[in-house]
Amino acid sequence: MALHFELVTPERLVRSEEVHMVVVPGTEGEFGVLQGHAPFMSTVRDGDLAIYKTENGEPVKIRIEGGFAEVNEKGLTVLAERAEG
Amino acid sequence: MASLKALKIRIGSVKSTQKITKAMKMVAAAKLRRAQEAAVAGRPYAERLESVMASLASKVTISASSPKLLAGTGSDQVHLIVVATSERGLAGAFNTNIVRAARKKAEELTNAGKTVRFYVAGKKGRAVLRRFHAKQIAHDFELGHIKKLAFSDAQALAEDITARYEAGEFDVAHLFYAKFQSALVQEPTGQQIIPVAVPKGAADTGASAAVEYEPDEEAILADLLPRNVAIQIFRAMLENAASEQGSRMTAMDNATRNAGDMINKLTIQYNRTRQAAITTELIEIIAGAEAL
Repeated sequence: MALHFELVTPERLVRSEEVHMVVVPGTEGEFGVLQGHAPFMSTVRDGDLAIYKTENGEPVKIRIEGGFAEVNEKGLTVLAERAEG
Repeated sequence: MASLKALKIRIGSVKSTQKITKAMKMVAAAKLRRAQEAAVAGRPYAERLESVMASLASKVTISASSPKLLAGTGSDQVHLIVVATSERGLAGAFNTNIVRAARKKAEELTNAGKTVRFYVAGKKGRAVLRRFHAKQIAHDFELGHIKKLAFSDAQALAEDITARYEAGEFDVAHLFYAKFQSALVQEPTGQQIIPVAVPKGAADTGASAAVEYEPDEEAILADLLPRNVAIQIFRAMLENAASEQGSRMTAMDNATRNAGDMINKLTIQYNRTRQAAITTELIEIIAGAEAL
């Protein structure tokens, strides 16, 4: 019951791991992605990406700028122009 | 025949040249490794963007209202050729090859009755193109201040080009750079970047049929297109950086070997001359003693 999450910038692959949930700052509001999310695509505004490793754990925050998020059967992929962390 | 002293000086000078070329080769080798790593690290993003573009483009029909970057301006009269070269020379035929490929394309287009303009990135390409096509250069872009190539550098370039496109300065843009294959082989490559050539939907699987889009397909596509131009340019610049170092490494390796051969030849000549001088001297002494 893990979500495969990837954060990619043009310069490198920042993260590629199994997590519980990721909250993405979409242009039309934040959305959380859990395992088994329906296929979905959204543009992303500048903001913090919150990664929850476990259900009750503290989120790890990564600031991202510009890009979009894609959810498919393989998991969540966030393509950002810049990412810290 | 050159005098002993002249030969000695000559050997010394070739030796110091060899030291320089050897050092340059080492530096290029180290830089090549780093440039190659950067090019590899940039691959996942480009691959994913491509697959997303493919699945999006299969859903959006091209009409008059679609973004100009995708649909084109409706004419193909004015072509812009973006030539990416390096800031430094002594890299073998690296810059020459790119410029030659670009000029060949320009000639083809000119013969077909199109107008060609150049957009030059890098100092070395500028010098050559200015000599042959001074009037056609639309703009040149300095790369000298860039120490480590970042995406923002490519983005600045892409934004400038896109703005020119929106202003109607040209209809089609091509990008020329050297694709990195190995340290020995760099292939000058040209590709069309505007209008965006959309990869046709092999990436489109049945599962993506029910994808939800937020805001909607057109808005996402409009957001992605300029980004795609930037990423294409970024990729080209990374490839170029790796090619430049590879080309320099090979060129400097050849130069070092050449200098070695030359030193050997000069040393032999020096020794022969020295021996000849000694022999003549001895003969003179013996002849002088016999005369007494």
